[in-house]
Amino acid sequence: MQGLTTHNLACVRGERAVFAGLDLAVKPGRAMLLSGSNGSGKSSLLRVLAGLLPAAHGHIDWAGEDVADDPDAHRARTAYVGHADPLKPSLTASENLEFWGRLYGLEPEVEAALCQFSIAGLADVPARYLSAGQKRRVNLSRLAIGQNSRNGPVLWLLDEPATGLDPGAVSILAHTILTHLSNEGVAIVSSHGGRLDELLEGKADHFSISARGS
Amino acid sequence: MIGFMHILRRELRLAWRGGTDAVIAVVFFVLAAILFPFGVGTDPGMLPRIGGGIIWVVALLAAMLSLERMFAGDYEDGSLDLLYLSSIPLGTLALAKAAAHWLTTGVLLLVSAPVLALLYNLPGEAIGALVASMLLGTPVLSLVGGIGAALTLGARRGGVLLALLILPLYIPVLIFGASAIDGAVAGRPIGSQLMVMGGFLLAALALAPWATAAALRQAIE
Repeated sequence: MQGLTTHNLACVRGERAVFAGLDLAVKPGRAMLLSGSNGSGKSSLLRVLAGLLPAAHGHIDWAGEDVADDPDAHRARTAYVGHADPLKPSLTASENLEFWGRLYGLEPEVEAALCQFSIAGLADVPARYLSAGQKRRVNLSRLAIGQNSRNGPVLWLLDEPATGLDPGAVSILAHTILTHLSNEGVAIVSSHGGRLDELLEGKADHFSISARGS
Repeated sequence: MIGFMHILRRELRLAWRGGTDAVIAVVFFVLAAILFPFGVGTDPGMLPRIGGGIIWVVALLAAMLSLERMFAGDYEDGSLDLLYLSSIPLGTLALAKAAAHWLTTGVLLLVSAPVLALLYNLPGEAIGALVASMLLGTPVLSLVGGIGAALTLGARRGGVLLALLILPLYIPVLIFGASAIDGAVAGRPIGSQLMVMGGFLLAALALAPWATAAALRQAIE
Protein backbone atom coordinates (compact mmCIF):
# COMPACT_ATOMS: atom_id res chain seq x y z
CA MET A 1 0.00 0.00 0.00
CA GLN A 2 1.13 3.56 -0.71
CA GLY A 3 1.87 5.94 2.13
CA LEU A 4 3.05 5.10 5.60
CA THR A 5 2.09 2.02 7.58
CA THR A 6 3.35 0.65 10.86
CA HIS A 7 3.03 -2.92 12.01
CA ASN A 8 2.96 -3.88 15.67
CA LEU A 9 5.15 -0.90 16.49
CA ALA A 10 6.45 -0.61 20.06
CA CYS A 11 8.63 1.93 21.81
CA VAL A 12 10.48 1.40 25.07
CA ARG A 13 12.07 4.25 26.98
CA GLY A 14 14.14 3.51 30.07
CA GLU A 15 12.66 -0.03 30.37
CA ARG A 16 9.14 1.43 30.35
CA ALA A 17 6.91 0.59 27.40
CA VAL A 18 5.56 3.87 26.01
CA PHE A 19 3.30 2.17 23.51
CA ALA A 20 3.08 -1.29 21.97
CA GLY A 21 1.26 -3.14 19.22
CA LEU A 22 0.61 0.03 17.27
CA ASP A 23 -0.78 -0.36 13.74
CA LEU A 24 -1.12 2.84 11.79
CA ALA A 25 -1.85 3.52 8.15
CA VAL A 26 -1.82 6.89 6.40
CA LYS A 27 -2.50 7.15 2.68
CA PRO A 28 -0.97 9.83 0.44
CA GLY A 29 -3.09 12.97 0.53
CA ARG A 30 -4.30 12.24 4.04
CA ALA A 31 -3.34 13.58 7.43
CA MET A 32 -3.33 11.65 10.68
CA LEU A 33 -4.18 13.54 13.85
CA LEU A 34 -2.66 11.89 16.90
CA SER A 35 -4.44 12.43 20.17
CA GLY A 36 -3.77 11.17 23.65
CA SER A 37 -3.16 12.50 27.11
CA ASN A 38 0.20 13.88 28.25
CA GLY A 39 2.80 11.13 28.34
CA SER A 40 0.77 8.79 26.14
CA GLY A 41 3.64 8.67 23.65
CA LYS A 42 2.63 11.03 20.84
CA SER A 43 6.04 12.66 20.74
CA SER A 44 7.80 9.32 21.08
CA LEU A 45 5.77 7.92 18.19
CA LEU A 46 6.69 10.86 15.97
CA ARG A 47 10.35 10.47 16.94
CA VAL A 48 10.22 6.76 16.13
CA LEU A 49 8.59 7.52 12.78
CA ALA A 50 11.29 10.11 12.03
CA GLY A 51 14.02 7.63 12.90
CA LEU A 52 15.23 9.61 15.90
CA LEU A 53 14.27 6.80 18.28
CA PRO A 54 14.67 3.11 17.54
CA ALA A 55 11.53 0.99 17.53
CA ALA A 56 11.66 -1.75 20.17
CA HIS A 57 9.40 -3.99 18.07
CA GLY A 58 7.65 -3.93 14.75
CA HIS A 59 8.51 -2.01 11.64
CA ILE A 60 7.57 1.07 9.65
CA ASP A 61 6.82 0.75 5.94
CA TRP A 62 6.77 3.42 3.28
CA ALA A 63 5.01 2.33 0.09
CA GLY A 64 5.34 -1.26 1.28
CA GLU A 65 9.10 -1.12 1.89
CA ASP A 66 10.60 -1.26 5.37
CA VAL A 67 12.18 2.16 6.00
CA ALA A 68 14.99 0.50 7.99
CA ASP A 69 16.26 -0.93 4.67
CA ASP A 70 17.11 2.53 3.39
CA PRO A 71 17.38 5.04 6.25
CA ASP A 72 18.90 7.73 4.01
CA ALA A 73 15.88 7.71 1.70
CA HIS A 74 13.59 7.90 4.72
CA ARG A 75 15.46 10.94 6.07
CA ALA A 76 15.25 12.62 2.67
CA ARG A 77 11.48 12.22 2.58
CA THR A 78 10.87 13.32 6.17
CA ALA A 79 10.33 16.80 7.60
CA TYR A 80 10.22 16.82 11.39
CA VAL A 81 9.00 19.67 13.57
CA GLY A 82 9.61 19.01 17.26
CA HIS A 83 8.74 20.89 20.44
CA ALA A 84 11.71 23.24 20.31
CA ASP A 85 12.40 25.83 17.64
CA PRO A 86 15.91 25.15 16.29
CA LEU A 87 16.86 28.78 15.77
CA LYS A 88 20.18 30.30 16.78
CA PRO A 89 19.60 33.53 18.74
CA SER A 90 22.44 35.42 17.07
CA LEU A 91 21.42 34.56 13.49
CA THR A 92 18.60 36.38 11.73
CA ALA A 93 15.38 34.62 10.83
CA SER A 94 16.41 34.32 7.19
CA GLU A 95 19.92 33.10 8.05
CA ASN A 96 18.47 30.41 10.28
CA LEU A 97 16.06 29.31 7.57
CA GLU A 98 18.67 29.36 4.86
CA PHE A 99 20.98 27.15 6.94
CA TRP A 100 18.33 24.48 7.37
CA GLY A 101 17.22 24.70 3.75
CA ARG A 102 20.72 24.23 2.38
CA LEU A 103 21.56 21.53 4.92
CA TYR A 104 18.69 19.51 3.53
CA GLY A 105 19.85 20.07 -0.03
CA LEU A 106 16.89 22.27 -0.95
CA GLU A 107 16.96 25.56 -2.81
CA PRO A 108 15.79 27.81 -0.04
CA GLU A 109 13.49 30.57 -1.21
CA VAL A 110 13.63 32.19 2.18
CA GLU A 111 11.68 35.33 1.26
CA ALA A 112 8.75 33.40 -0.12
CA ALA A 113 8.67 31.04 2.83
CA LEU A 114 8.70 33.88 5.37
CA CYS A 115 6.05 35.67 3.31
CA GLN A 116 3.85 32.59 3.42
CA PHE A 117 3.83 32.74 7.20
CA SER A 118 3.46 36.56 7.04
CA ILE A 119 6.71 37.33 8.80
CA ALA A 120 8.62 38.75 5.83
CA GLY A 121 9.25 41.87 7.91
CA LEU A 122 11.24 39.83 10.42
CA ALA A 123 13.73 38.43 7.89
CA ASP A 124 16.65 40.51 9.18
CA VAL A 125 15.78 40.37 12.86
CA PRO A 126 18.07 38.19 15.01
CA ALA A 127 16.11 35.27 16.42
CA ARG A 128 16.80 36.36 19.99
CA TYR A 129 14.40 39.30 19.54
CA LEU A 130 11.54 37.13 18.26
CA SER A 131 8.60 36.15 20.44
CA ALA A 132 7.75 32.48 20.99
CA GLY A 133 5.01 32.59 18.35
CA GLN A 134 7.25 34.33 15.84
CA LYS A 135 9.98 31.73 16.41
CA ARG A 136 7.44 29.01 15.78
CA ARG A 137 6.41 30.70 12.53
CA VAL A 138 10.05 30.83 11.40
CA ASN A 139 10.44 27.16 12.33
CA LEU A 140 7.29 26.24 10.38
CA SER A 141 8.57 28.23 7.39
CA ARG A 142 10.96 25.29 6.91
CA LEU A 143 7.92 23.36 5.71
CA ALA A 144 7.19 26.05 3.13
CA ILE A 145 10.77 25.84 1.86
CA GLY A 146 10.44 22.09 1.40
CA GLN A 147 7.08 22.58 -0.27
CA ASN A 148 8.47 25.06 -2.80
CA SER A 149 11.42 22.83 -3.70
CA ARG A 150 11.27 20.10 -6.28
CA ASN A 151 12.76 17.44 -4.00
CA GLY A 152 11.01 18.54 -0.82
CA PRO A 153 10.00 16.04 1.86
CA VAL A 154 6.77 14.08 1.40
CA LEU A 155 6.26 12.94 4.96
CA TRP A 156 5.60 15.69 7.50
CA LEU A 157 5.84 14.77 11.17
CA LEU A 158 4.57 17.68 13.26
CA ASP A 159 4.67 17.55 17.04
CA GLU A 160 2.05 19.99 18.35
CA PRO A 161 2.88 22.50 15.61
CA ALA A 162 0.24 25.02 16.64
CA THR A 163 1.75 25.65 20.09
CA GLY A 164 2.13 29.39 20.64
CA LEU A 165 0.51 30.37 17.33
CA ASP A 166 -2.24 32.96 17.06
CA PRO A 167 -5.45 32.03 15.16
CA GLY A 168 -4.20 33.68 11.98
CA ALA A 169 -1.02 31.63 12.00
CA VAL A 170 -2.97 28.45 12.70
CA SER A 171 -5.01 29.10 9.55
CA ILE A 172 -1.81 29.61 7.56
CA LEU A 173 -0.41 26.38 8.97
CA ALA A 174 -3.61 24.50 8.15
CA HIS A 175 -3.56 25.94 4.63
CA THR A 176 0.08 24.87 4.22
CA ILE A 177 -0.70 21.35 5.40
CA LEU A 178 -3.75 21.12 3.11
CA THR A 179 -1.65 22.21 0.12
CA HIS A 180 0.86 19.54 1.07
CA LEU A 181 -1.90 16.94 1.21
CA SER A 182 -3.29 18.00 -2.16
CA ASN A 183 0.20 17.29 -3.60
CA GLU A 184 -0.16 13.69 -2.40
CA GLY A 185 1.89 14.39 0.70
CA VAL A 186 1.43 12.72 4.07
CA ALA A 187 1.21 14.56 7.38
CA ILE A 188 1.12 13.11 10.87
CA VAL A 189 0.23 15.74 13.43
CA SER A 190 -0.01 15.43 17.18
CA SER A 191 -2.42 17.79 18.85
CA HIS A 192 -4.75 18.30 21.77
CA GLY A 193 -7.65 19.22 19.57
CA GLY A 194 -8.38 22.82 18.71
CA ARG A 195 -8.60 24.97 15.64
CA LEU A 196 -5.97 23.16 13.61
CA ASP A 197 -7.88 19.88 13.94
CA GLU A 198 -11.11 21.59 12.83
CA LEU A 199 -9.44 23.13 9.79
CA LEU A 200 -7.95 19.79 8.74
CA GLU A 201 -11.21 17.94 9.27
CA GLY A 202 -12.29 16.12 6.14
CA LYS A 203 -8.71 15.44 5.08
CA ALA A 204 -7.68 13.87 8.34
CA ASP A 205 -8.10 10.61 10.21
CA HIS A 206 -7.94 10.41 13.96
CA PHE A 207 -5.81 8.10 15.99
CA SER A 208 -5.83 7.91 19.75
CA ILE A 209 -2.70 6.45 21.28
CA SER A 210 -3.80 6.04 24.86
CA ALA A 211 -6.67 3.76 23.79
CA ARG A 212 -4.26 1.32 22.14
CA GLY A 213 -1.17 1.74 24.25
CA SER A 214 -2.59 0.91 27.65
CA MET B 1 32.45 17.81 2.19
CA ILE B 2 29.82 20.40 1.26
CA GLY B 3 28.02 19.56 4.47
CA PHE B 4 31.26 19.93 6.43
CA MET B 5 31.89 23.41 5.05
CA HIS B 6 28.26 24.38 5.54
CA ILE B 7 28.32 23.48 9.23
CA LEU B 8 31.79 24.93 9.76
CA ARG B 9 30.72 28.25 8.25
CA ARG B 10 27.66 28.34 10.50
CA GLU B 11 29.74 27.56 13.60
CA LEU B 12 32.28 30.27 12.80
CA ARG B 13 29.53 32.78 12.18
CA LEU B 14 27.91 31.86 15.49
CA ALA B 15 31.26 32.20 17.27
CA TRP B 16 31.85 35.57 15.63
CA ARG B 17 28.40 36.87 16.56
CA GLY B 18 28.54 35.25 19.99
CA GLY B 19 31.68 37.22 20.69
CA THR B 20 32.97 36.63 24.18
CA ASP B 21 33.09 32.82 24.49
CA ALA B 22 36.27 32.31 22.50
CA VAL B 23 37.93 35.40 23.93
CA ILE B 24 37.24 34.18 27.46
CA ALA B 25 39.32 31.04 26.86
CA VAL B 26 42.31 33.09 25.69
CA VAL B 27 42.01 35.64 28.49
CA PHE B 28 41.87 32.76 30.97
CA PHE B 29 44.93 31.20 29.30
CA VAL B 30 47.02 34.36 29.58
CA LEU B 31 45.78 35.31 33.03
CA ALA B 32 46.30 31.88 34.60
CA ALA B 33 49.78 31.61 33.11
CA ILE B 34 50.67 35.03 34.50
CA LEU B 35 49.53 33.96 38.00
CA PHE B 36 52.14 31.21 38.38
CA PRO B 37 55.23 33.45 38.74
CA PHE B 38 53.45 35.28 41.57
CA GLY B 39 53.09 31.97 43.38
CA VAL B 40 56.37 30.22 42.68
CA GLY B 41 58.66 33.25 42.55
CA THR B 42 60.52 34.85 39.69
CA ASP B 43 63.90 33.11 39.88
CA PRO B 44 65.12 33.55 36.27
CA GLY B 45 66.78 30.13 36.34
CA MET B 46 63.61 28.36 37.39
CA LEU B 47 60.97 29.96 35.13
CA PRO B 48 62.30 28.55 31.83
CA ARG B 49 62.43 25.09 33.42
CA ILE B 50 58.78 25.07 34.50
CA GLY B 51 57.41 27.44 31.83
CA GLY B 52 56.71 24.86 29.11
CA GLY B 53 54.79 22.59 31.44
CA ILE B 54 52.75 25.43 32.92
CA ILE B 55 51.80 26.85 29.54
CA TRP B 56 50.64 23.43 28.40
CA VAL B 57 48.63 22.71 31.57
CA VAL B 58 46.91 26.08 31.35
CA ALA B 59 46.23 25.52 27.63
CA LEU B 60 44.45 22.23 28.47
CA LEU B 61 42.26 23.97 31.02
CA ALA B 62 41.52 26.88 28.69
CA ALA B 63 40.50 24.53 25.88
CA MET B 64 38.12 22.82 28.32
CA LEU B 65 36.26 26.06 29.03
CA SER B 66 34.50 26.30 25.71
CA LEU B 67 34.07 22.56 25.15
CA GLU B 68 30.86 22.23 27.10
CA ARG B 69 28.97 24.41 24.63
CA MET B 70 30.15 22.47 21.56
CA PHE B 71 26.90 20.52 21.21
CA ALA B 72 24.86 21.81 24.16
CA GLY B 73 23.13 24.63 22.26
CA ASP B 74 22.11 22.35 19.41
CA TYR B 75 20.93 19.73 21.88
CA GLU B 76 18.75 22.15 23.82
CA ASP B 77 17.01 23.85 20.88
CA GLY B 78 16.35 20.69 18.87
CA SER B 79 18.91 21.52 16.19
CA LEU B 80 20.72 18.26 16.90
CA ASP B 81 17.63 16.27 15.86
CA LEU B 82 17.47 18.13 12.57
CA LEU B 83 21.21 17.81 11.98
CA TYR B 84 20.86 14.08 12.55
CA LEU B 85 17.91 13.87 10.13
CA SER B 86 19.86 15.64 7.38
CA SER B 87 21.92 13.69 4.88
CA ILE B 88 25.14 14.67 6.64
CA PRO B 89 26.68 11.87 8.73
CA LEU B 90 27.12 12.57 12.46
CA GLY B 91 30.85 11.90 12.05
CA THR B 92 31.11 14.82 9.61
CA LEU B 93 29.17 16.97 12.05
CA ALA B 94 31.59 15.99 14.85
CA LEU B 95 34.58 16.80 12.67
CA ALA B 96 33.13 20.18 11.64
CA LYS B 97 32.37 21.04 15.27
CA ALA B 98 35.89 20.08 16.37
CA ALA B 99 37.37 22.11 13.51
CA ALA B 100 35.31 25.12 14.53
CA HIS B 101 36.34 24.68 18.16
CA TRP B 102 39.99 24.54 17.14
CA LEU B 103 39.72 27.60 14.90
CA THR B 104 38.01 29.64 17.60
CA THR B 105 40.02 28.39 20.60
CA GLY B 106 43.11 26.39 19.62
CA VAL B 107 44.39 28.91 17.10
CA LEU B 108 44.00 31.77 19.57
CA LEU B 109 45.91 29.79 22.21
CA LEU B 110 48.57 29.05 19.61
CA VAL B 111 48.95 32.72 18.75
CA SER B 112 49.13 33.93 22.34
CA ALA B 113 51.49 31.16 23.55
CA PRO B 114 54.72 32.83 22.28
CA VAL B 115 53.89 35.93 24.33
CA LEU B 116 53.66 33.77 27.44
CA ALA B 117 56.90 32.06 26.43
CA LEU B 118 58.65 35.45 26.55
CA LEU B 119 57.11 36.03 29.96
CA TYR B 120 58.66 32.79 31.20
CA ASN B 121 62.00 33.73 29.67
CA LEU B 122 62.02 30.65 27.40
CA PRO B 123 64.97 30.60 24.94
CA GLY B 124 64.26 31.07 21.24
CA GLU B 125 64.45 27.39 20.30
CA ALA B 126 61.98 26.53 23.03
CA ILE B 127 59.48 29.03 21.62
CA GLY B 128 59.69 27.22 18.30
CA ALA B 129 59.13 23.90 20.09
CA LEU B 130 56.18 25.37 22.01
CA VAL B 131 54.50 26.59 18.84
CA ALA B 132 55.18 23.32 16.98
CA SER B 133 53.90 21.17 19.85
CA MET B 134 50.79 23.31 20.25
CA LEU B 135 50.16 23.24 16.52
CA LEU B 136 50.03 19.43 16.72
CA GLY B 137 48.48 19.20 20.18
CA THR B 138 45.62 21.71 20.24
CA PRO B 139 43.63 20.00 17.44
CA VAL B 140 43.80 16.81 19.52
CA LEU B 141 42.29 18.73 22.44
CA SER B 142 39.34 19.80 20.26
CA LEU B 143 38.82 16.37 18.70
CA VAL B 144 39.03 14.36 21.94
CA GLY B 145 37.11 17.06 23.78
CA GLY B 146 34.25 16.59 21.33
CA ILE B 147 33.77 13.04 22.62
CA GLY B 148 33.37 14.35 26.16
CA ALA B 149 31.09 17.17 25.05
CA ALA B 150 28.81 14.66 23.31
CA LEU B 151 28.89 12.16 26.18
CA THR B 152 27.88 14.73 28.78
CA LEU B 153 24.88 16.07 26.80
CA GLY B 154 21.83 16.14 29.00
CA ALA B 155 23.81 15.43 32.17
CA ARG B 156 23.39 17.61 35.21
CA ARG B 157 26.56 19.55 35.98
CA GLY B 158 27.86 18.42 32.63
CA GLY B 159 30.81 20.80 32.79
CA VAL B 160 32.33 19.14 35.85
CA LEU B 161 31.68 15.68 34.46
CA LEU B 162 33.27 16.75 31.19
CA ALA B 163 36.46 17.78 32.99
CA LEU B 164 36.62 14.47 34.86
CA LEU B 165 36.14 12.52 31.64
CA ILE B 166 38.43 14.46 29.36
CA LEU B 167 41.37 15.68 31.45
CA PRO B 168 42.80 12.15 31.88
CA LEU B 169 42.65 11.72 28.12
CA TYR B 170 44.64 14.93 27.69
CA ILE B 171 47.57 13.60 29.76
CA PRO B 172 49.52 12.06 26.82
CA VAL B 173 49.35 15.36 24.92
CA LEU B 174 50.56 17.20 28.03
CA ILE B 175 53.46 14.78 28.60
CA PHE B 176 54.82 14.97 25.08
CA GLY B 177 54.08 18.67 24.63
CA ALA B 178 55.88 19.66 27.81
CA SER B 179 58.70 17.23 27.10
CA ALA B 180 59.27 18.76 23.65
CA ILE B 181 59.70 22.20 25.22
CA ASP B 182 61.94 20.83 28.01
CA GLY B 183 64.06 19.11 25.40
CA ALA B 184 64.43 22.32 23.41
CA VAL B 185 65.41 24.27 26.56
CA ALA B 186 68.08 21.66 27.33
CA GLY B 187 69.28 21.68 23.70
CA ARG B 188 68.21 18.09 22.92
CA PRO B 189 66.57 17.07 19.62
CA ILE B 190 62.77 17.03 19.90
CA GLY B 191 61.84 15.28 16.65
CA SER B 192 60.60 12.15 18.39
CA GLN B 193 58.19 14.03 20.70
CA LEU B 194 56.72 15.95 17.78
CA MET B 195 56.34 12.76 15.79
CA VAL B 196 54.47 11.08 18.64
CA MET B 197 52.20 14.14 18.85
CA GLY B 198 51.65 13.95 15.11
CA GLY B 199 50.64 10.34 15.67
CA PHE B 200 48.17 11.41 18.36
CA LEU B 201 46.69 13.92 15.94
CA LEU B 202 46.24 11.35 13.18
CA ALA B 203 44.73 8.83 15.58
CA ALA B 204 42.36 11.47 16.98
CA LEU B 205 41.36 12.57 13.47
CA ALA B 206 40.47 8.99 12.59
CA LEU B 207 38.82 7.86 15.82
CA ALA B 208 37.40 10.88 17.65
CA PRO B 209 34.67 11.84 15.11
CA TRP B 210 33.52 8.25 15.08
CA ALA B 211 33.34 8.06 18.88
CA THR B 212 31.68 11.49 19.06
CA ALA B 213 29.07 10.36 16.53
CA ALA B 214 28.25 7.30 18.65
CA ALA B 215 27.87 9.50 21.74
CA LEU B 216 25.64 11.95 19.83
CA ARG B 217 23.45 9.09 18.67
CA GLN B 218 22.97 8.13 22.32
CA ALA B 219 22.11 11.71 23.24
CA ILE B 220 19.48 11.98 20.49
CA GLU B 221 17.74 8.84 21.76
